[in-house]
Amino acid sequence: MTIVDPAKTGEVADPNAVNITINGKPTVARKGELIIAAADRTDDFIPRFCYHPRMPSVGMCRQCLVEVETPRGPMMVVSCMTPVAEGQVVRTATDAVKKAQEGVLELLLANHPLDCPVCDKGGECPLQDQAFSHGPGESRFVEEKRHYEKPIAISDIVYLDRERCILCDRCTRFADEVAGDALISFTSRGNDTQVMTFPDEPFSSYFSGNTVQICPVGALTAKPYRFKARPWDLDQTESTCTSCSVGCRTVVQSSRDELVRYQGVDVDPVNWGWLCDRGRYNFESVNSPDRLTNPLVKTDAGLEATSWAVALESAARMIRLALAKGQRSVAILGGARGTNEDAFAWAMLADKLGIDQRDAQLGDGLNPEVFNLNQATIDEACSASTIILLAPDLKEELPVLYLRLRDAAQKRRSKIIEFSAHDSGLTPYAWRTFDYEPGNQARVVRDALSTDEVRQQLSRGQVAVVLGRANLAESEMFTLQAAAAVFEAVPNAKVLPVLRRGNVRGAVVAGLTPQNDAGDAIDILNAAAAGKIDCLVLLGADPMSDVADAGVVLRALAQVKNLISIDTMLTGSNRNADVVLPAAAYGEKSGTTTNLEGRISNLSQKITPRGTSRPDWMIATELGIALGVDIGVSSLEQLNQKLVATVAAFSASKDPRSTRGDGVLMTRETPVSISSSSVKAPERNSYDFRLVVSRTMYDKAQSTLASPSLVGIVNDAAIHVHPSELARIGVADGTNVRVGSEGTSIVAPIKANSRVHRGVAWLPFNHTGVEINPLLNIKGEVTDVRIEPIK
Amino acid sequence: MSRLNEANTKLAREIISRYPRPKSALIPLLHISQEQNGYITREAMQHLGELVGVTSAEVYGTATFYEMFKFEPVGKYLINICGTMSCALLGAHELMHHAEKKLGVKAGGTTRDGMFTLAHAECQAACTEAPTLQVNYRYRLRVTPADFDKLVDDLRDGKLGDEIPQHGVLAKVRQVIAPERAVGAMAPEDVNDAPAWLDGKAAL
Repeated sequence: MTIVDPAKTGEVADPNAVNITINGKPTVARKGELIIAAADRTDDFIPRFCYHPRMPSVGMCRQCLVEVETPRGPMMVVSCMTPVAEGQVVRTATDAVKKAQEGVLELLLANHPLDCPVCDKGGECPLQDQAFSHGPGESRFVEEKRHYEKPIAISDIVYLDRERCILCDRCTRFADEVAGDALISFTSRGNDTQVMTFPDEPFSSYFSGNTVQICPVGALTAKPYRFKARPWDLDQTESTCTSCSVGCRTVVQSSRDELVRYQGVDVDPVNWGWLCDRGRYNFESVNSPDRLTNPLVKTDAGLEATSWAVALESAARMIRLALAKGQRSVAILGGARGTNEDAFAWAMLADKLGIDQRDAQLGDGLNPEVFNLNQATIDEACSASTIILLAPDLKEELPVLYLRLRDAAQKRRSKIIEFSAHDSGLTPYAWRTFDYEPGNQARVVRDALSTDEVRQQLSRGQVAVVLGRANLAESEMFTLQAAAAVFEAVPNAKVLPVLRRGNVRGAVVAGLTPQNDAGDAIDILNAAAAGKIDCLVLLGADPMSDVADAGVVLRALAQVKNLISIDTMLTGSNRNADVVLPAAAYGEKSGTTTNLEGRISNLSQKITPRGTSRPDWMIATELGIALGVDIGVSSLEQLNQKLVATVAAFSASKDPRSTRGDGVLMTRETPVSISSSSVKAPERNSYDFRLVVSRTMYDKAQSTLASPSLVGIVNDAAIHVHPSELARIGVADGTNVRVGSEGTSIVAPIKANSRVHRGVAWLPFNHTGVEINPLLNIKGEVTDVRIEPIK
Repeated sequence: MSRLNEANTKLAREIISRYPRPKSALIPLLHISQEQNGYITREAMQHLGELVGVTSAEVYGTATFYEMFKFEPVGKYLINICGTMSCALLGAHELMHHAEKKLGVKAGGTTRDGMFTLAHAECQAACTEAPTLQVNYRYRLRVTPADFDKLVDDLRDGKLGDEIPQHGVLAKVRQVIAPERAVGAMAPEDVNDAPAWLDGKAAL
């Protein structure tokens, strides 16, 4: 036992240090730390099933029994429930401890079926492994084991085998405490205890895949991986998810050169080991049979496969012809789906050719100025005393950020002040929610922040603003005005920009953003629609489903002389392209990506690109050569070196090792203040509804539609209003109504939804069923619609 | 409709207001819903979830823990015959056989007229008075087959109406608590004083 005596060492003792001894080794633990966590750090592994470092302990499985010295002799304690104490002596491997642990394992195995040979968990199963390392090897249980129907689907994705379940409470705790979706629970009692959903109510949580990952047995399995591989045949590499801009750390696993599973990796600054189901399971789209394997060029008979040489030559010819008419007759849309290197290669190519019209955002984001405001990291936002939400529904758009913010509110570190036009996933956890009507958010923010109660809260400490585009049917200016109103009240507030598309921040900073006063994506599309653009390059962009105003996209695609698309599949936008170049997908390429807080982390290639597809950066270099401009890179390493040397923000990632694990934050620039125009929303006619259009987790995104396990979850679009509005309109819930705006109208089913505030109508964007795009004119300030019964 | 009716919803809200956390009221609310419908219906569980702010799955998990909550319709009179040691030694099995014959149903079943549900029970803690049974949790002690027949006949004839209410009828949660005694919605960790009405008589 070592107790640091400050008088002798002359050092100031850390008030949080606790000196304990584990198996004879003196060690320093932190105050409040559990014995099991301290023992993990000294490599004295204590077997466990229910204990998970990211969830509060419950002492459910009793496997982690160890011996602690007491004045009355050694005592057996549950090490996941016992905090360390000064002078504590812990023994984890005495005969008595072994006997106790073996006894618990024998009991856990009593009802567990020994179907390991056909169990997906076999080979990576904590129960199997710990029965081997800490079990008795034999069972005295000769009676019949429990029997249940095997397995039952408890959601579209997750299967439950109750015979295998050891009732450790991990999945139910995760669903309740971490995700806030307590849709599974222990039911019944005694020998009948089982994990179950409410009858006929599926476990439809956006985070259900995490329960499968943390299940210590094969009780929970997920459809996309069931019987796909044996764990010992898996090959894996650590990478970063780019499904949205949170940038969760993952391991990408493959078998026979095919992606079979992603698992979350626990990194402190970002995802804590969790993933959302869309990010976890959309790997299926990489394996899709619809992937493009060869370049395609338009012939009289439609798109036909050709060689790279021919395709690059015709693409180059189209660009050359257009450039001959002027640099503003070429434009590049997209780039947020690729890596930082992909974006940088395309930005260099555009620089060399003088193409200023380029935009990685597709009119649904915010002015890139938000990246230059006083920035907050996710950690900083989640430890701020006050978090102000001026953002879309994060549970739908940036799910793991929702988990982090929810945690901050639940653990009472932060108070959330939400401004919204309809309830979001975070509304139940918000300290105050202020309702606004699209267009008047700045006034609502100003009024709310000047009340005594809120002012007092704001003065308690750091304030973080989570800033994003909550509504595609209104001008982005209203969000920026609202942000400016926050800075009037709290000048030192920090901003966490929540633009959603995978690597949008990296692409913008690497140069895929309008240059020399060129217009943004919407201006580009309008110019194209007006016949001013001869050649449009879609860099992994699908404006038909990404841009709110599909009308202008249709006109633009019809008007441009030549359309070049770089994509992994045929989409609504590139079906009539003149040249389609097949791009390597996620998992098929390496590089770095940047998440919403500006964290640069690496992406690793795991499988061979399908067919002849190749990474975007390689296409840029080859297209450059075909055009007679050399961007001067011939390998990814070279490109990366050039990026970190050229773009100041990326200099922080100079050492490639820094992008592994936690990654590294971009070099920050001196913060600037925000500018917002004084645009004003017109008054709403009281018969009309002000429209809110926003995304949900599962929509018609190509990666969702091409993933067989996810495609069935996508809902048909409906117009949602507050239940009390149905009588005013004079229709019943679920009937079709006419939704009209400025001369156009659509017919859609109406849904009563108490989460939508009065006077507002909500439409989910990019869903199946009714096409809602005719209603959206994104150059208008706001969109008011009239909802009428169909006679 | 097997959600709580209007009067019971009002009572439910009053009960919820007694607790710092709404979900603490779940058990009394389940009793009310069983009293209203004779058993716990799915709709009632969904309604209670809405009332106390938890998911239906959590209500279901809590409710199924308790043997006395039933999830299928139960007869007006639930007869539990004890079969544990003392009762078994003093004729519980014979009593059960007799009961099955008398009522025409097997243990676990409900008579066609919806009057009786017969069930096995574990120890009823009256071993000195074995064999025992309970009708809607009201004791009958040292029960002979003849006693059983008389009991069933009396119940059918409505002679025991005062003594044995129908299944699900409650007494305890119907108690009236003055509104000023309700703690109301607040975080338990913020409770640092004994309520004023205790007048210093009890410490926390």
